[in-house]
Amino acid sequence: MTETVMFWEAMNRALDIEMAQDESVFTLGEDVGLFGGSYRVTEGLYVKYGEARVRDTPISEGGFSGLAVGAAMTGLRPVVEIMTINFALLALDAIINMAAKIPFMSGGQFPMPVVFRMPGGVAKQLAAQHSQRLEHTLMNVPGLRIVVPAKPQDAWWQLRQAIASDEPIIVLEHELLYFDKGELDISAEAPPMHQALLRREGTDLTIVSYSRMARLAEAAATKLAEQGIAAEVIDLRSLSPIDWETCETSLRKTHRLLVVEEDCRFAGTGAEIATELTERCFFELDAPPVRLAGLDMPTPFNAALEAASIPGVDDIVNAAQQLKSGASTA
Amino acid sequence: MDRDTLHRFLFDMLLARAFEERAAQEYSAGNIAGFLHLYPGEEAVAVGVIHATEPSDYLVTTYREHVHALVRGISPRAVMAELFGRRDGCCKGMGGSMHLFDREHRFMGGYGIVGETFPIATGIGYSILLRDLPEVVVCFFGDGAVNQGTFHEAMNMAALWKLPILFVCENNHYQIGTEIHRHSAVVEVYKRACAYNIPSEKLDGMDAINVYQATRHALAQIRAGNGPQLLEFETYRFRGHSMADPGSYRPRVEVNARLGLDPVETLIQEVEMPYPSREQISAAGPDTIQQLVEHPSAVDHFHDHQIASLKEDVEKVVEKAAQFALASPAPSLDDAWNSLYCNRRHELLVKEASHD
Repeated sequence: MTETVMFWEAMNRALDIEMAQDESVFTLGEDVGLFGGSYRVTEGLYVKYGEARVRDTPISEGGFSGLAVGAAMTGLRPVVEIMTINFALLALDAIINMAAKIPFMSGGQFPMPVVFRMPGGVAKQLAAQHSQRLEHTLMNVPGLRIVVPAKPQDAWWQLRQAIASDEPIIVLEHELLYFDKGELDISAEAPPMHQALLRREGTDLTIVSYSRMARLAEAAATKLAEQGIAAEVIDLRSLSPIDWETCETSLRKTHRLLVVEEDCRFAGTGAEIATELTERCFFELDAPPVRLAGLDMPTPFNAALEAASIPGVDDIVNAAQQLKSGASTA
Repeated sequence: MDRDTLHRFLFDMLLARAFEERAAQEYSAGNIAGFLHLYPGEEAVAVGVIHATEPSDYLVTTYREHVHALVRGISPRAVMAELFGRRDGCCKGMGGSMHLFDREHRFMGGYGIVGETFPIATGIGYSILLRDLPEVVVCFFGDGAVNQGTFHEAMNMAALWKLPILFVCENNHYQIGTEIHRHSAVVEVYKRACAYNIPSEKLDGMDAINVYQATRHALAQIRAGNGPQLLEFETYRFRGHSMADPGSYRPRVEVNARLGLDPVETLIQEVEMPYPSREQISAAGPDTIQQLVEHPSAVDHFHDHQIASLKEDVEKVVEKAAQFALASPAPSLDDAWNSLYCNRRHELLVKEASHD
């Protein structure tokens, strides 16, 4: 039953099957309809389900994100595509002040089955305004749940789970992963939506990562193995909540933690991961946790500088070697 | 209008005034804290508009929404308890004065950020459209909200997709302390709807019956599938923006002039039209006596003592609401967690995620 598909195809099929099974599911966003979606995720759905359920919107991120909130309060299941996460800055009132808070402020009266899909991350020379990571911002909002699929199989599982959820879900998709190929078995049983997955077993250190960086971590682990270092790689798949247990179990075995993120280092996602795991596993650790993160600067346009501003496979390999050998990495 | 409708109008207008004045007292007594925005002066808008709606219609309101909730039929006890932050409040004390919600009454929230009612209303309108139901969503907002981007975004989408939305502007001429001529290049809000081909009208918002009739007309048009409409009601708030605001930026002469147009008094005068006097009847002659007797104002008029009795009823309701609120327990932290996780299905999560 396993086939090889691109990441966008897995998302497309997940959305398609959910729309086919439930008339209350609809999708909206800029160019999701006739155009087929900037990253092809909604391709073919406009013809199949009509414009009312595959709604091309004006360029009004705040307006149509808020529209989705009102629709979700009245029983529809909107899947919002915000063309890129950078434009979500214009929709944060709808996401943070409305979607995340209305169920709470109303004393638990309203469902909020809305999904906000946001392509993001550092892609290829899109410059500072189009190359952002906002996961740290969204993680700090109680009432939101955030998933970060890195492979087609996870995209298939997690988008379907997100649509089925009655809580607001953010799906962070990495722009460089849409055309990556991977295995998809549509009949495979899904793990819990927010469970982390062990991508590679090892005994020398644990690399905790997510999204595109989790893919790089896997590549780094292969290189490290050639040097005799057995790195365990955890793909978090979810940033809110985070599956701490899987990380803890791993750390009790490896005693060393390397967190790899594309987010900026200062007050970033890795800060939360490293702190929480230190609190939980302090006496298990043989060395201080290490964060490998993006530089604290807006993403430069120049290709070489852009590459230098975020971790690469070699950076992960170096950080892992130093952590294993006990050398300072600060 | 028949006598029963007028009776409900009068009761709601009097309740609106008495409830808000009691809320102000309770704020001063320390039973209500935080931001408290009161409605005296603007009652005719909420009473007239909401009485024109059907129970299946949705309401989206601002942070000055206690009266809208009451007129919609949410119990004064549940509203007052919410202002007190108590467990028996309509939102279990999680929302407070600015965030009243009641799903059963299709009261879709009071919103604390200016301009939030627009996108929420477009979403509800979209729901109605997809299901092809004869329902309308009424979206309240103030004159200060029309300079937010969400206003224009929502007007555009509502008109583009013919959403069944009635936009109701409660134009009280001030965005907190800034008068409309100082915050808007075009001070007639209804004119802005023209940019989106949305039919709109500016009306006197100090006369509840006038508001009611205009709203009924607009709602019928929207229900017939003609897309959104906008009604701008000119009104005035007699108090400051909130309890923290003495309103000193408004000229005394202006406030006094507006106080003379008190919507509660206006309605009382309208329903108190007396029977003709004995002299008038004897002067009228037999032909016109029958006409006088059959005239609605003769059949339906209210006596002074009936209005006094209504006021007493209203005072009792408000007193009971305040006593109920005071006696209601504080919500627990568990209530707060349960509100946050009201839509959670644990099987979707890893074990760590539950705050049990």
